[in-house]
Amino acid sequence: MTAGSLGSQNFAYQAIGAATLLALFVASLFVGVGELAIGSLASDPEALRLIMISRLPRTLAALLAGSALAIAGLVMQTLARNRFVEPSTAGTAQSAALGILVVTLVWPDASLGWKAAGAAVTALAGTSVFLMLAHRLPPTQPFLVPLFGLVYGGVIGAVAIFAAWHLDLLQYLEVWMTGEFSGILRGRYELLWVAGALVVLAWWTADRLTMLSLGRDVSIGLGLNYAGMLRLGLVIVSAITALAVVVVGTIPFVGLVAPNIVSRFAGENLRHTLPWVAGGGAALVLACDIIGRLIRFPYEVPVGTILGVVGAVLFLFLLLGRNRNG
Amino acid sequence: MIEIAGVSLALGGSRILDNVSLTVPKGGVTALVGPNGAGKSSLLSLIARLRPLQSGRITVDGLPVDTTPSRQLARIMAILRQDPGVASRLRVAELVGFGRFPHNRGRLTAKDREIVAASLEQFDLSDLALRFIDTLSGGQRQRALVAMTFCQGTDYILLDEPLNSLDMFHARNLMRTLRRIADEHGKTVLIVLHDINHAASYADRIVAMKDGAVIASGETGDIIRPDILESIFGFSMRVENIAGRLTVLHHA
Repeated sequence: MTAGSLGSQNFAYQAIGAATLLALFVASLFVGVGELAIGSLASDPEALRLIMISRLPRTLAALLAGSALAIAGLVMQTLARNRFVEPSTAGTAQSAALGILVVTLVWPDASLGWKAAGAAVTALAGTSVFLMLAHRLPPTQPFLVPLFGLVYGGVIGAVAIFAAWHLDLLQYLEVWMTGEFSGILRGRYELLWVAGALVVLAWWTADRLTMLSLGRDVSIGLGLNYAGMLRLGLVIVSAITALAVVVVGTIPFVGLVAPNIVSRFAGENLRHTLPWVAGGGAALVLACDIIGRLIRFPYEVPVGTILGVVGAVLFLFLLLGRNRNG
Repeated sequence: MIEIAGVSLALGGSRILDNVSLTVPKGGVTALVGPNGAGKSSLLSLIARLRPLQSGRITVDGLPVDTTPSRQLARIMAILRQDPGVASRLRVAELVGFGRFPHNRGRLTAKDREIVAASLEQFDLSDLALRFIDTLSGGQRQRALVAMTFCQGTDYILLDEPLNSLDMFHARNLMRTLRRIADEHGKTVLIVLHDINHAASYADRIVAMKDGAVIASGETGDIIRPDILESIFGFSMRVENIAGRLTVLHHA
C-alpha cells in the first residue's frame, strides 16, 4: 500500500480545502451593502460594529448551516441506504415547517428555541414514517426511494401550505420554506451552534455510521447496536433540519450535493470523509450566499434560490457522470 | 460448542424450523447441507442472533445468544450471510478493517493492521486493497467479505454458502484455509454448503436438514452414503472412493 504518498497528497488537499474556506470567510465579511474596507477596521468603530453585529453572525450562520445540512444529508442517505435522498426533498424539512406552524398557532410568543424543539419533534415523526415506508420499496429500484421522497415531502408541504392559508400564516411559512441569511444578526443565529455540536457528534460516531451502511446483518455480526444507531441517526437528521429551518429556512440540495461529490472522490469511510462533507457543505452555502448578495447588488437573492439553481446543475452533472462511469 | 435445543421458527404463518436440537462440538469443520428451503440459513441466522429466537435455546460456548450482549458475542463468533448487501463505497482494506471493530471499537492498532494485511494476503486481495468495493467483481467482493469475517478472529465462524460466485481456485483456497484454521488453531467452522463434494472433501461432520428439521448428523463418512444422500436430496447417486476421497457422482 502507498500509505505514505496518500498521506502527503491528503495534506495538500486539506491545505487547499482550508484555504478555500478561509477565503470565502473573509470575502463574506466584506461583501454587502454597507461600505466596508479592510483598512478601516482598525480606525473606524462603526466598521467593527457592522462586522460584529451583522457580517460575522451571517458568515458563521452560513458555515454552520451548510456543514450541518450536508451532514444531515449524509446521515439520511446512510439511514435510507440510498444516495439520492436528503432532508429537504424527502419530508423532513416540510415536517419541520409544519411543526413550527403548529407551535406558532398554539403558542404565538414561543421563543426560537421552543419552535426548534417543536419542529424537531415533527421532523422526527415525518422522517421515521418516510424511512419505514422507504425500506419497503424494492432495493433493485434505487430511484424509487428519492421519487417516493419527493411525493411524500410534497404531500406534507401541501398540508402545511393548506393549513397556513386557512390560518392566514402564509407569509410566515414562506420564511421557513425559503432559506436566506439577510435577516441574520447577532442574537438571531446562535441556535445553529447546536447543529454544529450535532456535526461533532456525527463525527464522533463516524465508524458506527459507516457500519450502518454495511447492512443490518453485518452490523449486528460485528456487535453494533444497530437499532440504537438508527435512532441516533434519526435524531441527528431531524434536529439539524429543524434548527436550520427555524433559523434560516429551508436550504435545498446541500445535503445531496456535498456527500455525493465527496463519495465520488474519497469513498464513504465516514471517519475520513465526514470533515470533507461538512467543509464542502459550508463552502457551498457560503459561496451561494455571497453570489446572492452580488448578483443583483444592492438587492439580495435568497441563498435557497441560488442553491436551487446551482445545486440542481451540480446534481445533474453528478448523475450524468455516474452513468458514464458505469 | 454450539448447543441448539428445541428451536422452532415460524415466519408469516409458515413453519421454517420445527423443534431443532443439535450439538456442534468445539473445533473442526461442520457442513450444513440440504435442499432449498430446508431452513439452513434460518438456523444460521438464529445462532448468530440476527433473528430473534421464538422458542427453544441456543448457546455458543455456554453463552445464550438471546441474552448475551451483542458486543461480547462478536468477539467469539463471526457470521457471513449470503449477499449481505453492503451499500457503502469503501476501499477493500477499509472494509476488511471493520472486521476488527469488536476488538478495537474503531481504532486500528498496529496488531490490527497486521491481521488485516495477513487476511488480505490470505484471500489474494493485496493488489486490490485500495480499490473501492463497488468497482469489484462479484467474486472479488465475496472474497473481501470473507476476509473481513476472518479478520474478526473469532473462535466460531459461521458461513452461509461462501463459495457462491467464487471461481475454482478461490473456492478451493477458502475451503483449505478453513481446514487449516480448524486444524492448527482449533477454530470451529459451521458452513452451509451447496456442493456435496466440498462437504465430503473438507468437513469433519455433516448435518443434513430437510423441511425445517435435522434428518441426519454425524461423521462425514457416515453421511456420505447413497441411502442417506437419497433420503436428504430425493434421488439416488453413486458414492465412489477416488484416490482416498469420498466422491459423490450426482450428475450420473
